[in-house]
Amino acid sequence: MITTIRPPKGWAPLDLREYVGAHELLYFLVLRNLKVRYKQTVLGAAWALLQPLLTMVLFSLIFGRLARLGSDGLPYPVFALAALVPWTYFANALTQAGNSLVDQHQLLTKVYFPRLLLPLAAVIAGLVDLAIAFVLLLVVLAWYGITPSPRLLAVPAFALLAATSALAPGIWLAALNVRYRDVRYVIPFLVQIWLFATPVAYSSGLVPARWRVLYHLNPMAGVVEGFRWMVAPHALAQGDGLLVAVAVVATWLTAGLYFFRRMEHSFADVV
Amino acid sequence: MADTVLRVDRLGKQYRIGQVHGPRTLREELVDLARAPFRRPRSAQDGTVWALRDVSFEIGRGEVVGIIGGNGAGKSTLLKILSRIVAPTEGWAEIEGRIGSLLEAGTGFHSELTGRENVYMSGAILGMRKAEINRKFDAIVAFADIGPFLDTPVKRYSSGMQVRLAFAVAAHLEPEVLIVDEVLAVGDAEFQKKCLGRMADVSRSDGRTVLFVSHNMDAVQRLCARSILLERGRTVAAGPTAGVVAQYLAHTGGPSSAGTWIDLSGVERTGTGVARAVRARYWTELDPAGGRPYPDGPLTIGLGIQASARCTIASLAVTLYDLQGTKLVNADTIAVGRTLRLEPGEHEVTLRIPELHLNPGVYVMGFWLAGPLDAIHDFVLTGFELEVVALQSPGLGRPPTDDGMVTCRLELLDVD
Repeated sequence: MITTIRPPKGWAPLDLREYVGAHELLYFLVLRNLKVRYKQTVLGAAWALLQPLLTMVLFSLIFGRLARLGSDGLPYPVFALAALVPWTYFANALTQAGNSLVDQHQLLTKVYFPRLLLPLAAVIAGLVDLAIAFVLLLVVLAWYGITPSPRLLAVPAFALLAATSALAPGIWLAALNVRYRDVRYVIPFLVQIWLFATPVAYSSGLVPARWRVLYHLNPMAGVVEGFRWMVAPHALAQGDGLLVAVAVVATWLTAGLYFFRRMEHSFADVV
Repeated sequence: MADTVLRVDRLGKQYRIGQVHGPRTLREELVDLARAPFRRPRSAQDGTVWALRDVSFEIGRGEVVGIIGGNGAGKSTLLKILSRIVAPTEGWAEIEGRIGSLLEAGTGFHSELTGRENVYMSGAILGMRKAEINRKFDAIVAFADIGPFLDTPVKRYSSGMQVRLAFAVAAHLEPEVLIVDEVLAVGDAEFQKKCLGRMADVSRSDGRTVLFVSHNMDAVQRLCARSILLERGRTVAAGPTAGVVAQYLAHTGGPSSAGTWIDLSGVERTGTGVARAVRARYWTELDPAGGRPYPDGPLTIGLGIQASARCTIASLAVTLYDLQGTKLVNADTIAVGRTLRLEPGEHEVTLRIPELHLNPGVYVMGFWLAGPLDAIHDFVLTGFELEVVALQSPGLGRPPTDDGMVTCRLELLDVD
């Protein structure tokens, strides 16, 4: 094996050879993420339950009781939780991926490894929380006497869409964050705006039909609709929205990989 | 070279000044854009420095090569380029086989994780496979000698234990090319010895190539047959280590360089000023360290004294302080019982300390000129800094790390 080191040349696709055999390091980085988080917090893994659960209670009181928003025929808490499970995952994964390079700058300046593994590990580690929260969703369904439908078996597909929806902007933000530390402050704001653009508290049925394609440029709209489709017996499949979501994620992800590749040479210089 | 594993060709790294000062904010970038919208941002022309330029060399299989040079010479930049942490601006390098780099002890360590978890974490980041770590785990733990603390979070370890564990992981890396920076500067003496031994083994028996950066000339001389001297980003010497080290000690002066006059006219001082120390120089007659003082060696000091009136100096003293401000030496003519009679004008006085019993390190030299009746003519507390350099220790011993200030001869008489 011969490694050649040369000055970087403009735009190039990611060198996939570097990622051969990197799955072990990825595994350790994910494990480290999880262990550190659970060791440093008092409640540990309980946060994965508390965050969506408390938000569900809050949303049910404000949007369900006070604002009396429609909930597609579901009990409002179920309606909200079905969306909050993927949304909480997405918001945390995006935030952590966006800060992953800067938070671990001591690794960037001391050792070489495929840099993309850091945002990737952040997004994957969150999937454990998503799984825990999904079990919570099943419990709440049982509590409301809703029979789980076989549609729930589609959860890996929607989880994957949620993960890539977080990864795509996550790698852009991670790379930009190294150069512009403003990004750290932009992320919470971005997540907040994104929440309003996603049918978490409200039903996507409220969006006028002619705006639907535009609305689905936000892939999380498709993910949330997918989760509701899995739990609501009579919800309609939103195939067209999903197609748009997949196309958008694929485009952003591909562009993001090029962007990341272009920026990664200078990470250790500027971080 | 028949079996070259590392080839470096006109490698260079340019930094924008300011890039050194860390990331910019978006606002700065936007302000720049608003000021000069048609100029390419970050153009290479304005304010750049070459941290490394035009460096070429080749290293054969199994060679251990030292990279030496003062601060800012480009050593770290070179290692970072070869470790693929930063990209070069020009030139190229080619490395055959796996590269392992060790630029600090404990890369990938997390204080919340246990010793066991950190071994895996750090091993994986440094490029080991999981199966490989499994296989070497016991050897790593034995090498680190952390015994019962394996499942304790590393934050509860002493710093010595942390370093031992960190280096133990690294010492079991088996890349074809190992790049090591200054990691030996930490850890206790016993462990350092173990590490040096391990590195020597790695190259000798396993035929691995090692690139070793250190400020410890002793370690470089023991490990590396060949060395490369960098100065301001360029190669100034390459060849057998002994010659390169001598050149380094002679040319890249430490705090002040030996033999040349140091102007003292601007330093802080108190006293009547009737006689003033205005310049000084120092050297060693025997020249193994490029004129710089070394432990137990002689030190000769030349002192230029400006007298504004006829006066008598009853006490002329040379003082040496350590950087913490402890007075270590006060070599005073009053002890010799000689006085100096000075006419107005400039005089040069030569003093000699036959054996300077100081360990390697940086010290501050000062001067004291006083008349017979307690009149202090000149008192310079901090004249200049000088470095006492390490020569290879006698008998192939190595200097202990937590060495004191003062050297002391030691003989081992009996072992029962």
